[in-house]
Amino acid sequence: MSSKLCIGGIVEPGSTVINKTGSWRSFKPIYHHEKCIKCGICELSCPESCIIKTEDGYYEIDYDYCKGCGICSNECPRQTIEMALEEK
Amino acid sequence: MSKLTVVEGSYAVAHAVKVCRPDVIPAYPITPQTHIVEELSQFAANGEIGACEYITVESEFSAISVLIGASAAGARTYSATTSQGLALMHEVLFNASGMRLPLVMTVANRAMSAPLSIWNDHQDSIAQRDVGWIQLYAEDPQETADMTPQAYKICEDSKIMLPAMACFDGFILTHVYEPVVLLEQDLTDEFLPPFAPEHILDPSNPKTFGAFADPSIYTEFRYMQELGMSAALKKIETVADEFNEIYGRYYGGLIDGYYLDDAEIVLVAMGSVIGTIKDVIDELRAGGKKVGLLKIRSFRPFPTDAIRDAVKNAAIIVPLDKSISIGKYEGALCTEIKASLYNTRIDIPVLGYIFGHGGRDIPPERIKKIVSEAEKAIVSGITIESSYADLQEELL
Amino acid sequence: MNKTTELFAPGHRGCAGCCDALAAKFMLKAVGENCIVVTPTGCLEVFSTPFPESAWNVPWIHSLFENTAAVASGVEAALKALGRKNDTKILAIGGDGATIDIGIRGLSGAFERGHDFTYVCVDNEAYMNTGVQRSGGTPFAATTTTTPAGKASFGNLRPKKNMPQIMIAHGSPYVATTSVAYPKDMMRKVKKATEITGPTYVHVHAPCTTGWGFDGSKTIELGRLAVQTALWPMMEIENGEITGVHKIRNKRPVGEYLKAQKRFKHLFSIPEGAEIIKKIQELADWNADQYDL
Repeated sequence: MSSKLCIGGIVEPGSTVINKTGSWRSFKPIYHHEKCIKCGICELSCPESCIIKTEDGYYEIDYDYCKGCGICSNECPRQTIEMALEEK
Repeated sequence: MSKLTVVEGSYAVAHAVKVCRPDVIPAYPITPQTHIVEELSQFAANGEIGACEYITVESEFSAISVLIGASAAGARTYSATTSQGLALMHEVLFNASGMRLPLVMTVANRAMSAPLSIWNDHQDSIAQRDVGWIQLYAEDPQETADMTPQAYKICEDSKIMLPAMACFDGFILTHVYEPVVLLEQDLTDEFLPPFAPEHILDPSNPKTFGAFADPSIYTEFRYMQELGMSAALKKIETVADEFNEIYGRYYGGLIDGYYLDDAEIVLVAMGSVIGTIKDVIDELRAGGKKVGLLKIRSFRPFPTDAIRDAVKNAAIIVPLDKSISIGKYEGALCTEIKASLYNTRIDIPVLGYIFGHGGRDIPPERIKKIVSEAEKAIVSGITIESSYADLQEELL
Repeated sequence: MNKTTELFAPGHRGCAGCCDALAAKFMLKAVGENCIVVTPTGCLEVFSTPFPESAWNVPWIHSLFENTAAVASGVEAALKALGRKNDTKILAIGGDGATIDIGIRGLSGAFERGHDFTYVCVDNEAYMNTGVQRSGGTPFAATTTTTPAGKASFGNLRPKKNMPQIMIAHGSPYVATTSVAYPKDMMRKVKKATEITGPTYVHVHAPCTTGWGFDGSKTIELGRLAVQTALWPMMEIENGEITGVHKIRNKRPVGEYLKAQKRFKHLFSIPEGAEIIKKIQELADWNADQYDL
């Protein structure tokens, strides 16, 4: 900790972003966009809010934060997302 | 010359709170502080406290929790409690101090159950001496009223930001009718600036209050509270002086002395018993006895240096406690004064007395008897270091 | 990704597939940035605010375990007194332990006094942060670490305390039940609750991967099953009258729901298991009938 402590331990908002939880993963979600119907259920269902809509309306994953929980894959109505074993 | 009005002690305090312009007041009834919150509710009902939100909460735990939320949102807050209510707040007292919220609460000192008692002693606030609240003890209703804006000014200092208890004796001071000067609004506005904390809960500038601290950082936060208390040692003195300049009254800073300078027997006490002690000292001094009083006004932060300086020429120091640490058989003042003197060259005997539990009256004769026992102890040494001054042995 | 525009930022320490994280995300999406959030000690608080980090991009305060509603009352009173209330929503979010058990005194007082705030109970049916102990929200026959199934016990002996009914009895203008498995339903109800003046209550069913014993990918699927069995009815009650009910399109037997979780696994091997499952089915059928699901 380099900075002086704030009286009362008050913390700046949104500062968890420095913690890259992507290192937690065992399985990695991979999109197969050819099957995607752009319903947005994956983005909505992600507990890390690390699924982002791209300019062309598809979705991509911010792997810095993805914990590999697999909810996106499980909820996708078109089996667009494959959970593949993480290569380390 | 300020106008004197005969009012109940509780009214004087409630009026003082009013002129401090509080924003949020949660209230819960408990004898003997209830009159304070009742007077405040009447002020609210008469539209005399502006936009202040007066909230009848469902327990003291919620009362102090309301203070926390309100203070974090930027409001100046107030509540009053005693005894069981203060004890119920115990967990939250630590929390408020750790979160560095400048709450001000009046404690109308009352004995702790069991046995159940509604009458005065200091066990309730002394039992909270480790929680990180500033504790000031008043000797009469005027001082308690005066202490209220002083407490806000001390707490709200950005280097302090610690909560404070303004303690005064239940029934003895809450319910007594005395002539007092009701604090003037214009003088209080001059003395006490508006509450302007650096960080508040505000959507335009969001902050997180109350994150958890792991072992790598917890100690430093605890220590920072001590730094706040150190700053309070100075601030309590300067605020008392500033108050005197504006209102023309002074009750002492961290401590006060009465015939202290050449005293051989130094009685040490807090709270309303000081009035009785001063009368007894007047009488004994007239008879040639060199007795003096060291009044402890600030119990937390504990004024170690001021006490050492005040007692260094005494022949015997006699702390008089309305509290006891059960199992140590000593009151708080006795233990802490002995501890303050231990590593110094001040080698003066300390003879501790405990009295006044559960509202037991302390007549002048009791003080005189203590003084005569102290005189004997100067000559023949101390045999019993700490004892009850008013125990009815025939009942045991 | 603009990481700072997510009101509940990533990087928090919630389990993979965490129901509380989903709940926080949906609540903040519904309410927006003009809010102040009060949270008790619990999973959500601990995994989102390890000093010096915080996942909250809105003003947020944590005091103690049992005083969420009282602290929220204080925030509300301060904003009113200081003339800063405007449209700022006050959102108190508590787990089942903090709400149903230790915090109920303060919650009851805050609702009785009529403060203008919304209390959301995120109910994962046990004290999860301390390691899955039984709370007043733990359902009948569930195993927890303080109501474990054993030779002389089939788990939790008591039914869930009916919190929505308790809050309705306080005269709240809006009480709703929802689930993290139905994000749009949850967001609609939380938004509506915060837009109604007075003390409003939303009870969110939240399947916990770690505490209930299922794979983190199934959080939403299991929550959906809970609703489809009628064990978790979703409805809205305004001023004491039911104004909306989520009808079940695809009713499922409770066995399917119970089988999918380790905390009910013992019911499929102990002798009285079938009898208990039957009792749970009766609870579900009663809900379906009572609320015309």
